[in-house]
Amino acid sequence: MEKNSEVKAEPVISIKGLHKSFDELNVLQGIDLELFKSENVAILGRSGSGKSVLIKIIVGLLMPDAGEVTVLGKQINGLKPKELDALRLRIGFSFQSSALYDSMDVYQNLAFPLTMNSKKLSKKEVDAAVEEALEAVGLQDKIHEMPAELSGGQRKRIGIARTLILKPEIMLYDEPTSGLDPITCAEINELINEVQEKYNTSSIIITHDLTCARNTCSRIAMLIDGQFLQTGTFEEVSKTTDERIKGFFNYNFIH
Amino acid sequence: MNEIGERKYLISKGIDQYFEGIFKFYAFILRFFGASLTPPFHFREIINQSYEIGIKSLSLISVTGFIIGVVFTKQSRPPLENFGATAWLPSLMGIAIVRALGPLLTALICAGKVGSSIGAELSSMKVTEQIEAMEVSAINPFKYLVVTRVIATTLTIPLLAFYCSFIGLVGSYLNVHSNETTSLIIFVKKAFSQISFLDLFSAVIKSFIYGFTIGIIGCFKGFNATQGTRGVGKAANQTVVLAMFLVFLEEIVIVQISNWVRDI
Repeated sequence: MEKNSEVKAEPVISIKGLHKSFDELNVLQGIDLELFKSENVAILGRSGSGKSVLIKIIVGLLMPDAGEVTVLGKQINGLKPKELDALRLRIGFSFQSSALYDSMDVYQNLAFPLTMNSKKLSKKEVDAAVEEALEAVGLQDKIHEMPAELSGGQRKRIGIARTLILKPEIMLYDEPTSGLDPITCAEINELINEVQEKYNTSSIIITHDLTCARNTCSRIAMLIDGQFLQTGTFEEVSKTTDERIKGFFNYNFIH
Repeated sequence: MNEIGERKYLISKGIDQYFEGIFKFYAFILRFFGASLTPPFHFREIINQSYEIGIKSLSLISVTGFIIGVVFTKQSRPPLENFGATAWLPSLMGIAIVRALGPLLTALICAGKVGSSIGAELSSMKVTEQIEAMEVSAINPFKYLVVTRVIATTLTIPLLAFYCSFIGLVGSYLNVHSNETTSLIIFVKKAFSQISFLDLFSAVIKSFIYGFTIGIIGCFKGFNATQGTRGVGKAANQTVVLAMFLVFLEEIVIVQISNWVRDI
């Protein structure tokens, strides 16, 4: 089922003419993209096409070589460290590997960003926030488990819960369904939609999973050879005449 | 490119990488001083790390320090017996353990145990994106992971060095007592008769320097790890090798400086 788009005027993320290269490898070559409030956009492309680089630039983990990246009205390039941190608190980033702190249990993983950023919170408030985030991902019973004791899907969910605890306005998902079985993939897709509804987030979902893109996003953008070859709804892009996009769609199986 | 040209290119690339590595290391040290002097200060994490480094190294330091005290005393006795000078054993062991063996042995043990653990832990966090996860949560990973660990090693290793010296002297005393029936009071008096303030001062200073060296190298190698899981082993290994090498180098320099000061 494809989600209806609810496009509003002011973009929460605006990218214009973005270029990024590593040594002689030109990864992004003039990217333009706008993400609007309460919208989910999927960025599809093959492995190594620069999808993850793009969202790492959005969150300031990498700096662009050229172009403008404006997030929630702030241009990433010129931000001071404190301004960048303030902006990052409004962005949730779900890593492909989940990136849970393996020396901490689930409770500590979730409480850590909260306590480090708001020292005045009482233990009760932190406990309540952790419980709420775990409830949002349906894993309240795993609160005292270590990351190594969790399955791949549970780790992804806890990774998402850790970002939700800071109540982000934008969610960036890096390959949320990679390495998971089809049933767990469907659960994660459902969770992405639930997060959007409950927290009213705008999301960019990096994926090469067409099912995930179709079920969670109102628009998709095909990133091939460092450029967006086509942007539009899932149906529009799937009817493309471009051979490279066609090839990508033909090799995917949609559930 | 012909074979000679390719070789020249590889050599010049190697030299570039070597100097780039040194530059990065100095930049890392400067960044540490900058970050350690500005808030926020993670005192609780410094205490946690000090506990990890200190308490968890005690058993190894105890066993090693005790054995070194006993063995050195046993090995030093025969030559002194030839001159009928076994009464000098406590003084000799005092000088050897307090001036050199205690701090150096502790530093070498910590380079192996603590340095490799810091290198492996941070590199593992790096390759599994945990450091980036901190950054995107608006937590400064350099302050939280590097500054706390380097301060912890710098403060804890001098304490461990003193503890190691103490245990070494206990081992030495037990051996001296069982052979020469020297009393504890006489042993202590003789052991410390040749130890000056300068000896204690240089032992403390060099322990701080060793602690800083081990911490900063472990963090530098771990924080800049690449190549996935292979990088984890590499970072741990390089930390041990480089930290031990620098500890020996620092030992030579500090001994030279303290001898020079003693002669003034």
